[in-house]
Amino acid sequence: MNALLHMVSPEAALVGALITPLIGLVFISLLDRSPDAREASTLATGLITLLFVATVFVAVGEGARPSLTLFEMLPGLSVAFSVEPLGALFGLIASGLWLVNSVYSIGYMRGNKEHAQTRFYMSFAIAITAALGIAYSGNLLTFFLFYETLTISTFPLVTHKRDEKARAGGRVYIGILMGTSIGLLLPAIICTYWLTGTTDFVLGGIIAEHVRPTSAWTAILLCLFAYGTAKAALMPTHPWLPNAMVAPTPVSAFLHAVAVVKAGVFGIMKISLYTFGAETLQGTIASDIILYIAAGSILIASAIAMTQDNLKARLAYSTVSQLSYITLGAMLANRLGIIGGSTQIAAHALGKMTLFMCAGAIYTAAHKSLISEMRGLARVMPYTFIAYIIGACSIIGLPPMAGSWPKFFLMLGSVDRGELILLCVLIISSLMNIVYLLAPAIRGFMDPGPNDQETGIAEAPAFCLVPAWTTAIGTIVLFLLMGDLVRYLEPLVAGL
Amino acid sequence: MLLDDLPVLPVLLPLIAAPICLLFPNNRVPGVFASLVAALSAILSAMLLADVATSGAIQYDLGGWAAPLGIVYRVDLTGALVMTLVATMAALTMPYAIRGIEKDIAPSQTSAFFAMFLICFAGLIGVVATGDAFNVFVFLEISSLSTYTLVAMGAKRDRRALTAAFTYLVLGTIGATFFVIGLGLLYQVTGTLNMLDIHERLVGQDNRVVRAAFAFIFTGLALKLAMFPLHQWLPNAYTFAPSSVTAFLASTATKVAIYAMLRFLFTVFGFQFGFMDVAFGLFLFLGMVGMFVASLIAVFRDDVKTIFAYSSVAQIGYMLLGISFATPEGVGAALVYIVNHAVTKAALFMAIGAVVYSIGSQRMPAFRGLAKRMPVTAGALIVSGLALVGVPMTAGFISKWVLIRAAFEATLPVSSLFLVLFIVSTTLLAVGYVGRLIWEMTLQEPEGQVDVKPVPLVMLVPMLIVTAFTVFLGVQADGLVSLSETAARELLDTGLGTGGAH
Repeated sequence: MNALLHMVSPEAALVGALITPLIGLVFISLLDRSPDAREASTLATGLITLLFVATVFVAVGEGARPSLTLFEMLPGLSVAFSVEPLGALFGLIASGLWLVNSVYSIGYMRGNKEHAQTRFYMSFAIAITAALGIAYSGNLLTFFLFYETLTISTFPLVTHKRDEKARAGGRVYIGILMGTSIGLLLPAIICTYWLTGTTDFVLGGIIAEHVRPTSAWTAILLCLFAYGTAKAALMPTHPWLPNAMVAPTPVSAFLHAVAVVKAGVFGIMKISLYTFGAETLQGTIASDIILYIAAGSILIASAIAMTQDNLKARLAYSTVSQLSYITLGAMLANRLGIIGGSTQIAAHALGKMTLFMCAGAIYTAAHKSLISEMRGLARVMPYTFIAYIIGACSIIGLPPMAGSWPKFFLMLGSVDRGELILLCVLIISSLMNIVYLLAPAIRGFMDPGPNDQETGIAEAPAFCLVPAWTTAIGTIVLFLLMGDLVRYLEPLVAGL
Repeated sequence: MLLDDLPVLPVLLPLIAAPICLLFPNNRVPGVFASLVAALSAILSAMLLADVATSGAIQYDLGGWAAPLGIVYRVDLTGALVMTLVATMAALTMPYAIRGIEKDIAPSQTSAFFAMFLICFAGLIGVVATGDAFNVFVFLEISSLSTYTLVAMGAKRDRRALTAAFTYLVLGTIGATFFVIGLGLLYQVTGTLNMLDIHERLVGQDNRVVRAAFAFIFTGLALKLAMFPLHQWLPNAYTFAPSSVTAFLASTATKVAIYAMLRFLFTVFGFQFGFMDVAFGLFLFLGMVGMFVASLIAVFRDDVKTIFAYSSVAQIGYMLLGISFATPEGVGAALVYIVNHAVTKAALFMAIGAVVYSIGSQRMPAFRGLAKRMPVTAGALIVSGLALVGVPMTAGFISKWVLIRAAFEATLPVSSLFLVLFIVSTTLLAVGYVGRLIWEMTLQEPEGQVDVKPVPLVMLVPMLIVTAFTVFLGVQADGLVSLSETAARELLDTGLGTGGAH
């Protein structure tokens, strides 16, 4: 294994990781006529990409910082990649879970006899390239380029069902995401370039040398960045996420629990650390404002989630809430806040993906999406619901699930910063999580089934179950490995 | 020896070739002949550009008669740049037109079409090459008159081309009249028509005649370059003209008018006097209004050619915005914008022309599911559409980037941050109309069964070359940007003296 991960140089692996999905894309499009070969090429692409990404991950852990400049358009304006621990982690999560999700997609798409499956897998391949491009981006311009690619490539996935509802959802999705990124993120990047003469990501920030942390520019820029990366779903830019739930479940599971939303919060974390720098953030009033907006997002989104009867909509609002944990961590800008936010990226990805895949499994097996209809359902499909409970406990933050650590770090970080109100917010949010995430499972197990329960509902197909259990077990494994992950992310907070 | 005549050759070649073209029969020969002439002109212009870039502006006395008596041709870096652009675009659209006009014009007009095309081309090059103010008027009218004819030739496919051409003729003539009245007044004041001489005798003068001359010339050229709200002729002319003509006009005609405007603002006048600030203020204000209003109109149109015609009006606003800064960076950004937008629009209209050729309609429903029917053309449309929006790695991004950079460095009556947000919001409108087209092409199923005629190679290759240019100029932008900035510096230095070329 070790030898396998050192087979190619980190730079070569970086190139490989970005190119492999595009090569896979060609195969997928050519194999339109033979679904089996097409799915095989998706999985093979996923495996090879994961291998490259893991190579990069290991190399970065050993201190390497592979980088690559694709081309320079104008002096100081280039498309370039440079990997640091946070990006390597995001890349690993994205490509690892893409593989899991591909297995799940095959079961789901075939089980539900979806149309246009080739386009579905093609869009996925572009999306993963975009996600890796975001993860490995070496400057703001490259980040922006792949951020937009991710939005555009996921648009056909969101509108996959082609009906009026899907179209309306798609309009909100692309409208908010592109509107904010072009309207806010791009001006922020331009202003950064104008102020500093560069858009490179440098640990400790590039702003501080040119602008005082207390100046209005820093505050304006931070707000532009925070709302420009609307994929982080900071309220009130969140409506795209519930609207994106019109997509097939694998899309929701992977893109709207992992790739797209994590690209947003990864962006906020990365920009906080590499454009502003933690010390600058602590000095500006804007970080306090966004800190409290994030805290408000956590509570309001949880409250809305409680009112949702559709399981996927409930999970979507839960995601809005959980994403704000990461924004909160970034804005705390102290050691534990950053570590907490960064580990939350990994922990939430595993947990939320489990939940979505279980929701999809329920839909595939029983064709039910409303929680009120799930009474007694767990008795016929216990494996699905047990996986669901594991995922839910991770999101809530119960040991021995991965989600418990980030919450713990964030609580400590809040105390460090002297924000006791945030501590209360985090605790209340966990309590709310218990109520709305565990309710469906309790209904499923404890309530008797309705009298007119259709017979013939059985456990979900293995293609759906195995991936869900993989990520469920993943949350437990990550709980045990959290120490290693924190050490891995140590360079981010060195000197804080 | 031939090289000594370099400034005049790109003009003379097409001008002589045009009547010869009329002698050919109505088959493919006139098209091939015109293409060869245009290609030769393009090569000569490129040589001229290389020459000017290394050794500075070139002066040429027509017929050996020196300045006060004869007509002088003077090509500086700005002129050479625009000339190369025009000639290159002609060299690419002429071969495209050989097959492209099959459906657009009556076969009996083929040789006349190419003769007109060559005259139009010669006129545009002439405007750029000449150093004589009255000559600018002559060449501008040569190109305009032939353009009216070219637009009217679209009548075979849609009779509305005739009214479009007539409106264009009336407005264009008003513009030309204003321009020539202004020239007359200038001649009265200075007694010369040589641009540099006019400038020398004009410096410091500020009386009613000079002001009137300035106002007439400004308004006349503003009409020719379709500055909002004097753009009324443009959308219909672009919509109903044959596609190859639209591709050529959109990438050259308004650009040359902008060049003439630059020439008069900075070389002929080019000193501080009251009306200058009025001109820049109008550019800033009307440019911004045009950017917004024209983009907004484009979002709601259903004819794809009309959409991009209105987009042209909006894009002209961006260029005027750059000029309004009156700094080397701003004018340089406008020059970059001129080149990049010319290439982008040519690619777009060529691709639309290919769709008209294959499917027979230019309305939105014809583009439904185009990615499946005509993948190559749809790909070219997507790439050039993204370039129009200004996605990184395309030409459009570079133009907007340099423009915004210039905005930050200039002292303006409005805040730079506001300007950036404004540019970005009009870009969002562009995302609207381009996004709608891309959505129809890629995510909708084609409607009904239509015989899709395969696009001939001679149309496909020029289209792909220009599309490749839009990407190339977005990736390797350094050359063009620094060239434009040097050109702008030189331009402002002969006039306002703020270029700092010394």
